[in-house]
Order: sequence, then C-alpha cells, then structure tokens
Amino acid sequence: MTNEGFEPKIVAFCCNWCSYAGADLAGVGRLKYPENIRIIRVPCSSRVDAALVLRAFQNGADGVMIAGCHPGDCHYDTGNYHTRKRMVLLMSLLEFIGLSRERLLVKWISGNEAERFSATVLGFTKELRQMGAYEKARDLRCVR
Amino acid sequence: MRIGVFICWCGSNIKHTVDVERVAREIGRLPHVAYSGDAQYLCSEVGQSEIGRAIDEHKLDRVVVGACSPRMHEATFQQLMISKGLNPFYVEIANLREHCSWVHTDKEKATVKAIDLVRKAVAKIKHAIPLFSEQLGVNKRALVIGGGIAGIQAAIDIADAGYPVDLLERDSSIGGKMAQFDKTFPTLDCSACILTPKMVETAAHGNVTLLTSSQVESVSGYVGNFSVTIRRRATSVKADLCNGCGECITKCPKTVDNEFDQGQSKRKAIHTLFPQAVPNKPVIDRENCIYFKTGKCGMCKRVCIVGAIDYEMQDELLERAYGAIIVATGFDLSKPTHLGEYHYGQHPDVVTSLDLERMLNASGPTNGKVIRPSNGQEPKRIAFIQCVGSRDRHKGNPYCSKVCCLYTAKHALLLSEKFPDIESYIFYIDVRAAGKNYEEFYEKARQGASYLRGQVSKIEPMGDREKRLLVRGFDASLGEAIEIEADLVVLATSMEPKGDAKQLAGILGISTDQNGFYTEAHVKLKPFETQRQGIFLAGACQGPKDIPEAVTQASGAAAKAIIMFNRGQVKSVPTTAIVNQDLCSGCMQCRPVCPYEAVSSENIAERVAGQTRQRVVAKVNRALCQGCGACAGLCRSGAMDIGGFTSRQLLAEVDSL
Repeated sequence: MTNEGFEPKIVAFCCNWCSYAGADLAGVGRLKYPENIRIIRVPCSSRVDAALVLRAFQNGADGVMIAGCHPGDCHYDTGNYHTRKRMVLLMSLLEFIGLSRERLLVKWISGNEAERFSATVLGFTKELRQMGAYEKARDLRCVR
Repeated sequence: MRIGVFICWCGSNIKHTVDVERVAREIGRLPHVAYSGDAQYLCSEVGQSEIGRAIDEHKLDRVVVGACSPRMHEATFQQLMISKGLNPFYVEIANLREHCSWVHTDKEKATVKAIDLVRKAVAKIKHAIPLFSEQLGVNKRALVIGGGIAGIQAAIDIADAGYPVDLLERDSSIGGKMAQFDKTFPTLDCSACILTPKMVETAAHGNVTLLTSSQVESVSGYVGNFSVTIRRRATSVKADLCNGCGECITKCPKTVDNEFDQGQSKRKAIHTLFPQAVPNKPVIDRENCIYFKTGKCGMCKRVCIVGAIDYEMQDELLERAYGAIIVATGFDLSKPTHLGEYHYGQHPDVVTSLDLERMLNASGPTNGKVIRPSNGQEPKRIAFIQCVGSRDRHKGNPYCSKVCCLYTAKHALLLSEKFPDIESYIFYIDVRAAGKNYEEFYEKARQGASYLRGQVSKIEPMGDREKRLLVRGFDASLGEAIEIEADLVVLATSMEPKGDAKQLAGILGISTDQNGFYTEAHVKLKPFETQRQGIFLAGACQGPKDIPEAVTQASGAAAKAIIMFNRGQVKSVPTTAIVNQDLCSGCMQCRPVCPYEAVSSENIAERVAGQTRQRVVAKVNRALCQGCGACAGLCRSGAMDIGGFTSRQLLAEVDSL
C-alpha cells in the first residue's frame, strides 16, 4: 500500500491554559501548519481519559495528540504529572493490545510556545503521513 | 432542542480563508440545528443583537458560534446568553480564526476543517448541562503571615480600609530583615527611623492584632472561608502583665550569641529581639535558659515585680477564621560555607554584607565602627565580592538577587564618608542598578571605591602577622589577573527562599518555583495572587526584591483582599467536578489526585432489596474545586465529570470528527 497523497486525521486534546493558548498564539503569529489537526479544548491535560484516546482511534483518528503545560507549570499545580503517568501507562497498554504507541503523542507546550506548537503539528503530521492510515483500531470494533 | 449556529466573518480574517456561507449551509443540514447563518462581526453590538433576534425569532435554546478563540470572546457570548435568559453554558465556540483561518492558506481544506470544527461544537452543545456559580460568603478578616516590612504594609493597608487583620510573626518582634539594616539605598535613610514608626503604628492600630512568636500549623477551607490553626509558642512571659521594665534582662546570668547582630554580640537568655522590638516584651529562649536546662536559677522570676514570668506556660493553639491570607514570609540570606574558595566560616575576617551592615549600625555590636573580627582593629582595605551564590548555576542560585549591587554601593558610600581612610575594592560581574535614582546612587558610590570587573577565584590567608587575606581575581577591563591584599572581605550573599518555604507552601496549598520562591498566578498580570484563590503574595517570598518593591506588592496584595471584603461575596468556579453517586464505587482514587483537597468521601444509606445498606461515595466541595478534571480523567466508574467538559460532551466531540 502506498501512502502517496494520504492525509492523516489528527485529534488533539489541548489544555486550556497552555497548549490551547499556544495554538491561539500560533494563529495570532500566522504560523502555518497542515490542516489535519482538530483541537478539542480541555481544562487540563489530566482531564483526558484513556477511553477518549481509544475512542478517537476507533473512530478513525490516525493520530492522537495530548498537549499540556510543562512539568511544574501546570495551572492546577499537578495535573500534567498525572497525565504523564497515565499516558505512559496507556502507551504500554496500546502496545500490549497490539496498537501502535507512536500514534499517541504527548507534548508539553506552553502558552507562549507558538513555534513549538506549529512545529509539533507539522512533525506529527509528517510522521503519520509516513505511517499511513490506521485501520487496526477501527477494525477492532465488533461490527455486526 | 433548537440550536442556532452563527458563523463570523471577522471582517476578512475568517472569510478570506474559509467559505463561511458554505459552512453555514452545511451545518444548517445537521439535526437539531434550527438556524444557521453568517455575519460580519458577531462580537460587535450589531452582531450581538443579530444573535439575540435570531434566538427570539427561532426560539433557540442553544447557540454555537464559529468565530475567534473562546479565550477571546467566550465571556461576551455568555453574557449575551444571560441577557436572553439562557444559561451561559448553553453557548459553544468553534475556534475558526486562531485554529483555522489564520494558520491555513488552502481555502478548500480550511473550509472542510471549519465545517468539522463547527460540527464538533454542535455535537458538544447537544450534551451541555446548565451550570451555575455559587455566591460564597466572605469572612472579612485577613491573616498576614510574616511581620517584615511587606507584612506590616499589607496589615496597615487592610486595617486602614476598616477590616480586622491578624499579623503573624515567627520571631518575638515584628520588623523583619529591615530592622537589621543600618541605612537604606538610594537615599541613605536610617532604616530604623522609617521602620519603627510603622511598627508602632501597626501595634497601635485598632484593627491589627499582633500574633508574635507564632506559626501557622494548618490551613483548611477555601477563598473567603479559611480556617487556620496557629501555634503561639510559649514565651514564658505573660505579655499582659509585663510592663517591659527590662529588669529580668539585666539580671539574667546566661549570655548567648545574639542572632539579631549576626552573632557579633551577646544577648541574655531572656531577651527582646532588639531594643525597639514591638511588642517590647521579653521572651525566654528555653534552649539556653538555665532554669529550663537545670531547674535551678529562676532569677528573672525573682526580680519581676509584676509576676509576669511563667515557667509553666504552654504553647497555645488558636483556631481562627479568615477570608483572605497574605503570605509575606520574606527571605533568608545564604551562608556561603559550601563555597570553600571564599574561606567563609574559616577565617574570621571573611564576613557577609549583613554582618557589615550590623557593624555600621550605630546601635549595632560595634557601635557603628567597622572592625576586623579577628583583632578588633579598623581594616585599611576591604574587598567586596559580588554575586556570592547568585548567578551561579553550578554551586549557587541561577538567579540574580537584585539588591546586592545597590547595598554594596551603599556600603562603599557609607565607608567613604565615615571612614575615608579605608580603601574599598569591589569585584563585580555586572552592576545592575535599574530603579528610580539607583544608577545615580551607584555613580556616586563609584567615586569612593575601586570597582573591578571580574570574578574572584580564590581568597587565601596570607599567613602574615596581620593575618591578612589575599584576594585573587581577574580584572576583565585590564584583561589580567589581579591580587588585592585585604584586611576584611565582605561577601554579597544571595537572597534565598526561607528554609521552610516549601513546608509552608504545602500547608497553604500554594506552589513554589524552581528556585523555591512562591509562584504568582500570572507572571505579568497576576503578581499578587497565587493559584489558590484568596491567598496573596507580598514581598521577597515571591522572589528577590528591594524595599520599595516589597512595599508596592504588599499594598497590591492588600488591595486584592480589600476588594474581596468590599464585595462581601466571591463567585465560585461554575465548571466544577460533578459526582454521579449512583455510579461511584467509592474507590476514592479521585481524592489523592485533587490538588485542592476538594474531594472527600461520604457515607450514604441506600435501600437495596428491602434492606438499608451503607456505602462510601465521593463528594465534591464545589467551593474548593477549580475544575481541572484530574479526577474525571481517572474515574474508573465514569462517575466523575466536569461541568462544561463532561465525558459525554468530549466523547460527542471525538465522535463527530
């Protein structure tokens, strides 16, 4: 199968205080990045339930990104530490059930790191273009 | 359910890259969407009334706006909802500008993405639930922790506004570090002359209660309603009886090093912190008191004519309620004993700037004379070393302590005026004299001292009869090594967070930065607030500051508390955690992840199969919860949710893509 012309679908969860603001700033700075990403606003990266990530993969996301404040910078003090622990666990679980951990990206992007935001989106999109469409999680559904 | 969708052009900002008419058209086909249209500027008055009219005309009960970032205008649209008698959380914003039109160029792709983003918002709004903030009452009494200049200023300001304040101080007197200073830069005002009247004013103020020799043990509650346990240490002197005659101090047979004079003089075991202490009542230092060590002596008790000495006195625990807390705990100066090259602590003639400050003070240990501690003689040549422990990533603190350049300039100036025979050499990296009249002050100091740009690599005892010190450094302006034979070396030591700053942060539920100073809520726009509502910061506990800055921040923090007291009410965050107790299994995993201690457990009784059964479930204190969702992210039973970001809403968003 060739990945020529393939455009991945990326679902991103961005914390309201840092990464969402970083994405806003990327907009204000007119930094360009590919159209593949759809950002879902969450109060804190720790709000992201593992089930949401799995659901995104099941529903056809080729990549999922979770972005929060840098360690130590969390608006709620400790939220991103919980995110880090949970997502490390989730990555192992993904691998264990035969899904690809490379398709889940966890990044710390602060409210003034517009460059980092756009670079991350660009990088992740490129990687996913290489990896191709992600059918496996979708195929796991028990469709009658 | 009747959803109205409004797509904003934002002039050409969105319209240029996104086909707004097509977005509105396609979204209009979705189920439950009763109205879908576009407009030029939705945030403008015209745009707002257009939405208002559509709400009336089409009997809309929920609104989706495709416009700029919700961080920009969410509040504007929520206000509109309120004016239309709808819950403000029945509006959802799709970010079509910052997250779409501004970052993409291909109109077709951007339009497809915009349709996705609006569809996502429509999916989310279908599951929205109405949310309300609660009005919480405010206890109009403030606690100020720390009785230095910042704490004093904050307490006076709040008291002047007419609200009662408790000013808590760990030592036996208020005054803090400023009381130890001789003069202040850039005016060379006598520190005590400007501080002591403020100390007296504080004590005499009808709205201020001084709690000296006290510490905070625990803090619970939330903004407007804190409950604080305070430990008042037993001073062994009944303050209400003591008349401050000082006879006990005169007769006390035990002398120990006086901390206030940096150990350069002696004090008695029963003592006041310094002569102008407020309150001016002595306290017994039990660690050094002969009576407490051996059970014998009792001299102070014998000489006290009012019977104020009480050896049996116990620590007292006070339970107090406050609406606001101001943290003004100040700083410590580092002890550079770990920097072996300076020989601090090994050679008596290597002292810190605060040691010199005490010497220069007319009521200090040397009555204002500068001496070499080794022999009591006046030094002929003094070497000042700047940035000791500051701007040193490897062995000290990475930050600049900010005040050292100016206090060293002050010392140089004072020395050149008082003791023109003493030569001053100042080794510095840079001179940072930003501040009103600071540069001018430094220029003046330069005339009486030799400033040498360069760092000192080593200080060595010369081994001569006078026990002088050889300061080896590098003069960067000459580009060569330089050696100064000094009689006295003064180290400008760095400002550091209090040794127990982290511990207090834990008690208060506030955070510290990478250097251990307390973190403000926003570096630029919220310098007085902490992450915990109702707790404010003042002075050097937040970072190195000089006196004017500490006072400024103190008045700012006081203003924040006064604003809260004036309003009399605080609004709670509406987007809090919600527990579905029917689903909750009582595992209580949510409790430890909550940074605000908002989750507790509750015993509920249920009727199951004709029997009453007890069950443990989680319970959220809505006043404490800030709505981060750490609990909801891990809840295995799906019982925990966050208003505005419920699992149903987020799942609907994911599913819509």
